[in-house]
Amino acid sequence: MAAPLTLLLVVAVTIRAVLFRSSLAELIPERVEVVSPLNAWKRVVEGLALLDLGVSPYAGDVFHETPLIIYFFHFVIDYAEIVFMMADALTAVALYLAVKDYNKTVFRKQKYALEAERYPLDCLELIRTPKEMYYIPLKVAMFYLLNPFTILSCVAKSTCGLNNAVIALFILCTVKGSSLMSAIFLALATYQSIYPLTLFAPALLYLLQRLYIPVNWQRSSFWLFTTQYAFMYLGSLCVMVCLSFFLLSSWDFLSSVYGFILSVPDLTPNIGLFWYFFAEMFEHFRLFFICVFQINVFFYTIPLSIKLKEHPVFLIFMQIAIISIFKSYPTVGDIALYMAFLPAWNHLYRFLRNIFLVSVVLLACSALFPVLWHLWIYAGSANSNFYYAITLLFNVAQILLVSDYFYAYLRREHHLTHGLYLKRKDGSEATLVLK
Amino acid sequence: MVRGTNVYGILRAPRAPRTEALVLSAPCSEGNNNNQAVGLLLGLAQYFRSQIHWAKDIIFLVNEHDLIGMQAWLEGYHHTNTTGGDWSPLQGRGGSIQAALSLELSSDVITSLDLVLEGLNGQLPNLDLANLFYAFCQKIGVLCTIQGKLQRNDWDTTSGYSHAAQTMMLMVLKQASGRPWGDHGLFLRYHIEAASIRGINSFRQYKTDTTTIGRLLEGMYRKLNNLLERLHQSYFFYLMPSLSRFVSIGYYMPAFGLLAVILLLRALDLWVQLGASPPGTEDGVAGGVQPSSPGVLSILTPVVISHMTGVALYTLPILSQEMAVQHFPVSETEAVVLTAIAIYTAGLALPHNTHRLLQGEGTEEGWRVLKLVALLYLAVLLGCTALINFSLGFILALSLVPIAAFITPHTPKALSAAIMVLLSPGCTLLYCVFLFQELQETPVSLQDGWMLFLSVISQGILDHALYGSLVYPLLALLIYPCWLLLWNILFWK
Repeated sequence: MAAPLTLLLVVAVTIRAVLFRSSLAELIPERVEVVSPLNAWKRVVEGLALLDLGVSPYAGDVFHETPLIIYFFHFVIDYAEIVFMMADALTAVALYLAVKDYNKTVFRKQKYALEAERYPLDCLELIRTPKEMYYIPLKVAMFYLLNPFTILSCVAKSTCGLNNAVIALFILCTVKGSSLMSAIFLALATYQSIYPLTLFAPALLYLLQRLYIPVNWQRSSFWLFTTQYAFMYLGSLCVMVCLSFFLLSSWDFLSSVYGFILSVPDLTPNIGLFWYFFAEMFEHFRLFFICVFQINVFFYTIPLSIKLKEHPVFLIFMQIAIISIFKSYPTVGDIALYMAFLPAWNHLYRFLRNIFLVSVVLLACSALFPVLWHLWIYAGSANSNFYYAITLLFNVAQILLVSDYFYAYLRREHHLTHGLYLKRKDGSEATLVLK
Repeated sequence: MVRGTNVYGILRAPRAPRTEALVLSAPCSEGNNNNQAVGLLLGLAQYFRSQIHWAKDIIFLVNEHDLIGMQAWLEGYHHTNTTGGDWSPLQGRGGSIQAALSLELSSDVITSLDLVLEGLNGQLPNLDLANLFYAFCQKIGVLCTIQGKLQRNDWDTTSGYSHAAQTMMLMVLKQASGRPWGDHGLFLRYHIEAASIRGINSFRQYKTDTTTIGRLLEGMYRKLNNLLERLHQSYFFYLMPSLSRFVSIGYYMPAFGLLAVILLLRALDLWVQLGASPPGTEDGVAGGVQPSSPGVLSILTPVVISHMTGVALYTLPILSQEMAVQHFPVSETEAVVLTAIAIYTAGLALPHNTHRLLQGEGTEEGWRVLKLVALLYLAVLLGCTALINFSLGFILALSLVPIAAFITPHTPKALSAAIMVLLSPGCTLLYCVFLFQELQETPVSLQDGWMLFLSVISQGILDHALYGSLVYPLLALLIYPCWLLLWNILFWK
């Protein structure tokens, strides 16, 4: 499978290189859907200029990326385009290898279950075959590299591409079973933006599953491993934070990066849900609503972990999707990361109920974003309500997509334990309802 | 290469800070086209100078070469460079422009004043400006017309209704063309409410002299002077069947919405028929290794080829202009237009050649998936067009939705092919040209109509190059490939 992957990488790099040299390369970094105040390239350049002048890059509320990023770009600023293309390629290869390994695990578990005859006889058509699963890793890499959202994000040189690379490497290390590397990459991802903190739970569940440690509160092995992993994670995080302190000799970055992400002072319109609410809110209630909105991101971790504790990789997918929808400054690059996983759930297609509606709405909203922005800002005929309506519709469609896949996944699991054609007690056909 | 000079003067407000300005412009056209306006402008300037109540600066502008000069002045004033023209920096500025009026007078006595509202890309000024002008004309006692037609009082009789409908159709056609129909059209892009006033001298007994027009303009400028904020309270999207009636977006958008729903329902119907078609075809692009779904390559090929033809239609006429002039005895304008028509017609031969490239036959499922993609693409495209320029979106929807909904490879080929060609974007443009001439009460013969059609195409390409009008790129790069996809479906084997 190396040859098709290489071909795919070459095609993807060619598309990005062509766009970098075209006239679109000046237009795309201006679009608010693609860059946010957190990851805009303009701001990175501004921060570098301030650093060169000897001033703290966080002075003036322009730069909101972490010190490691600014030092990284201090050395590679001349090769910025290559860095972003390589980040995309790295993400795609990491996702390819992770999904390949995950498929092997899935197939092995299925084999054991079949031998133990745990599946009812009529659901044999739900069993996945190696032939069907053979091309899934390539499709995952293709869905990431050739997604227009990823290409736009790369051409805009948004640091979202680097964040995606770190999360993809974290997923790869988790799936391969190396808890130290997984903890280090998770700490790096959390250090970049706080939200990957919620990926701690699925990573822990996967590693426990891999080491055959049951998730049981009374078992000491469970607590031992959890403490080990938490210690590695928190230790790496502390090392990174302290390293940032020593790089810049000040604690400015804590309020400029994490304070900025959590308290949302900048209300530039984007494809997220925060800006419109906080633009019209009274100061008195601002803290309350900040807390409510931010808790919304972290809130779903515990219930989802309890429900999906046997299926941690699906939990990772859902968690990344929830982060991309509910984070304070989302961009299309975040969406591209969870959409890359969709080919891995191809076998759920027959249980999906809303896929047509969701695809049409996502396509229409992506086309309407620039039109309504133009009508609002340039023509002056519309106002922010129109743009926020499209934002709301886009996010509702994403939520519907994620919940549809969740339903399909649970339904398949239910069929695998209870049989495909369900009968009520009196023998008539029953239908399944998600309560 | 066009070179020109604009002349402007700023009357500073005597006692106000210089933060806002109004513009009165008169295009300096060739010949006798606009020979009285500059005189009136200068007379007004002298009169305004003696008055002390002005709160905004007034800029008097005379622009050469009509729209080109106006574009250069606006770009110089706002320090933008959207069209690549070169301008020398302005020596004096007057703050942000709140409103502008453009004056066109060809005779010193007039019988009526025509109000022109349609601007670049179908953008319209705020309805308040039109209402303001009409109300003031009525007060002064000057006849005011729109689209050159006088409004009638018997609007509830059949003939009155058809007159109003004709006026509205004229406005729709003018808005759909995307051209600025007066010098004011270029102001709208900078969020400046502007309108053009054209003096018409027809065979009527009661004539208005220049002094009255001057008083009218002075009154208009005093009203605009008193504005506390930019005009934004009234509608920006409207159609006017007469000067005292308008149809707002809330009334005309549902009509378009119902047309778009046809496409969506048909797409839903195809989705249900397909059952298990590959999902998310809008994400994964480019031919990868996909043995499990043989349909993808046979669907992707028509899409890619249609869009390449669209790109050819957009870029080749201008690129090959030099070569065509050398080899054929045609002028440059004719070369561009004829190349465009040639590429358009060559696209009709495509399905026969595409099928030679593909190995094997397309399946029943194949054309259904392609039609689903084409329907959704067309629906989103028409929706976005209607939001920006409603008339263009509506006219395209009227001609494209019926064929998009009914075309399948199983309909009788000759009849369907004929209908598709008759309803293609190019022929729609031809009908619109004839309809426009009919509505303006200057019907043309077939020969003249054809020449007019060719000049409309060249004007469209020129407008895109000069002012950034979006009609030509939209038709060439997006609508035409969509129509070609439907043509491919018709000839699917």
